[in-house]
Amino acid sequence: MHIRPLAAMAALCLLAATPFAQAADKPTDPQIAHIAYTAGALDVDVAKLAISKSHNKDIVAFAKDMVRDHEAVNEQALALVKKLKVTPEDNATSKALTKEITTEKAKLEKLKGAAFDKAYIDNEVAYHKQVNKALKSTLIPDAKNAELKDFLKTGLKIFEGHEQHAEMVAAGLK
Amino acid sequence: MSKWRFPVLVALALAAGAVSAQAKTITVTVDKMAFSPADITAKVGDTVEWVNKDVLAHTATVKGGWEVMLPVKKSGSIVMDKAGTINYFCRFHPNMKGKITVSP
Repeated sequence: MHIRPLAAMAALCLLAATPFAQAADKPTDPQIAHIAYTAGALDVDVAKLAISKSHNKDIVAFAKDMVRDHEAVNEQALALVKKLKVTPEDNATSKALTKEITTEKAKLEKLKGAAFDKAYIDNEVAYHKQVNKALKSTLIPDAKNAELKDFLKTGLKIFEGHEQHAEMVAAGLK
Repeated sequence: MSKWRFPVLVALALAAGAVSAQAKTITVTVDKMAFSPADITAKVGDTVEWVNKDVLAHTATVKGGWEVMLPVKKSGSIVMDKAGTINYFCRFHPNMKGKITVSP
């Protein structure tokens, strides 16, 4: 782990376009908890938009699945941080992620019908991919607390499931 | 009393035989995004029951076939009606997979 700084800096420069790469320092547990919670809450927001806008039953069903799962996971996250006495701490990654999804949501709000459905589901595939990559490369390895680490590992399995589910729904759209 | 003993024993033996030939219920636990055991064997007439311990809703779904809904902290079951190999997955989380080998 000690030989990494240069390679890590280079990687960070290459990946600077994504919110997860903007923080150069390793995230702390309170920051990781905040990022994980934010990522879920943002997906719920976008899903609620899809439920209100889409007329495609597969899209609406998928969005409802996202609301149900992410709300359940975030409820567990809150219970865990309370138990661990960790206070989630806002940070550059959470802020960048929020900014990115807010922009994406504004774009989606202007779309209708099939164009909306396609943009929403493509965005879901990309978003889950991005979050899963961050979980694997940063959030899980950097989490210090074993229970938080386990929680994130289960979260990764859930979100990988969502990624595959989103890909299936995307493939089913004409 | 002694004249009752024989018929009782016969009845017990018959009952025991009937129980062992009866269909079984095979339980699969669903926890932390996995079916456990993921690979089970059953006989035609047996019931497979999934007990969902997760905080998430899941399904046991066969592509082009049956689907058992598994709400949060609930269970669901289905009777195996024919022999063969069944691959199933969770429709909400397609990375969760399981297999049932059903013999006649």
